[in-house]
Amino acid sequence: MSDFFSQGGYAFFVWGAYGMVVLVLVAEVLQLRLQHRTILARLGRLARLSQSSRPE
Amino acid sequence: MWAVFWCVLKRDLLLAMRRRTDVLTTLFFFMIVVSLFPLGVGTERQVLQILGPGVVWVAALLASMLALERLFAADYEDGTLEQMLLTAQPLSLLVLAKVGAHWLLTGLPLVLIAPLVGMQYHLSDAQIGIMMLSLLLGTPILSLIGAIGAALTLGLRGGGILLSLLILPLYIPVLVYGSGAIEVSVIDLSDTMPYLSLLGAFLLAALTLAPLASAAALKISLE
Amino acid sequence: MTLNWFKFASPATFYPLAGRLTRPFWILTGVLLVIGLYWGFFQTADQLGGSNPQKEYYRIIFIHVPAAWMSMWLYIVLVFWAAIGLVFNTRLSFMMANAVAPTGAVFTFLALWTGAFWGRPSWGTYWDWDPRLTSELVLFFLYIGYMALHSAIDDTRRADRASALLALVGLVMVPVIYWSINCPDPTQCAALHQRSGLGKIESNILFSMLTMTLAFWMYSFATSFMRLRSIILTREAEASWVQELLNREHSR
Repeated sequence: MSDFFSQGGYAFFVWGAYGMVVLVLVAEVLQLRLQHRTILARLGRLARLSQSSRPE
Repeated sequence: MWAVFWCVLKRDLLLAMRRRTDVLTTLFFFMIVVSLFPLGVGTERQVLQILGPGVVWVAALLASMLALERLFAADYEDGTLEQMLLTAQPLSLLVLAKVGAHWLLTGLPLVLIAPLVGMQYHLSDAQIGIMMLSLLLGTPILSLIGAIGAALTLGLRGGGILLSLLILPLYIPVLVYGSGAIEVSVIDLSDTMPYLSLLGAFLLAALTLAPLASAAALKISLE
Repeated sequence: MTLNWFKFASPATFYPLAGRLTRPFWILTGVLLVIGLYWGFFQTADQLGGSNPQKEYYRIIFIHVPAAWMSMWLYIVLVFWAAIGLVFNTRLSFMMANAVAPTGAVFTFLALWTGAFWGRPSWGTYWDWDPRLTSELVLFFLYIGYMALHSAIDDTRRADRASALLALVGLVMVPVIYWSINCPDPTQCAALHQRSGLGKIESNILFSMLTMTLAFWMYSFATSFMRLRSIILTREAEASWVQELLNREHSR
């Protein structure tokens, strides 16, 4: 197992490269989910606002 | 059709002659950038001879970049540009005339002042000749490609800095072969032929394609 | 039966479709990633001999090459949608181009980063003015330029069309730029990267590399669709179908 992690002494380069890929891709997905939720929440608020302000 | 071309060209030159500072600013910007490098990297003869070609070309790139912002700006603000869009003449021809005037005012002075820069960097006479030739072929390409960016960023806040972001990567081929020509001229003058022919080919391609793209960009920006 | 493609060109129809497609693409991404990584790390030799000896660090190839391929492919996809948008004047195509751009920029960045981490043990330097690395850097600038221009223009229609034109100009210039970087001396071209055909690569490595490429591709689909949904929602906020959608979500 430790053989796998040390990658023949090149752990820094191999995991440095893979680590950044994981970091950036995960960050992109999280940002997208957050963005979608924020937009939905904002539009929902706006919709409720216009409904409540409408005269009955 | 060419009457319109000459008409626009003359008009732009006349307008610029009434406000000479704009022209001189570009020229002095070029001179200052070129003069700053020896102060930064040291004044050793050999270092300057190696750096010279690259510095001249990067400075030319930045100078033509700086001037581009004003290419359509004045005509855009006073509404002349919209009138041009409405004329029956092909817009790309009008754009070509404007770019031509722009080059005569900002590109040609750089070519003419090049010998002075060459002396600052201890370049030989042959190298200075090649430098002027490569600038003569290359700077019109910069103006032509830059016009596309100027048209796209028309009237935007912070248009100048955005323009450089969009256009500078597209200047790379001119930079590579322009400074390359000066570099090889140290060894053998006949070696510069491929570089200069490539720059000439780029110029012809830019002359035919860039005005069309600029005209399309102007239509997008003004509709 | 002829399928009416323009039906899908309406944001209202595409929004739910993109939503339904996202999950399958995520599943595909996950499966392919697991296969590709397992194969790359456990079914390949630790060290490579031959004319270009490489130690364990060559395993960066399984992300470096796919990221570089995707960065170039996504730029072509971007320009494709931008061109379709300019020609047919369809709003959705512009949104598609917009949705692809950030993912493309991400892959360009990753190709550069992994290239640096491979270059250090292999060439002895993080960065070298190698033609392919430099071209990748220029591609990164092109992506940034596209996104910067789009976000600088407030009017959506103008932003769409202007950045689409910029992307087109960029695509025309890319071969010239690549060529000029590759051959600074027009009479001879030299490159640090080896000119190797796909056929020369050992089959296990090739398998893993192609699987990872597919995984990244599916990932691009998934993220682009997610981003597309956000873009559609923001732009169509006033449309009645969005209001109905919000009501449904709210009442649930």
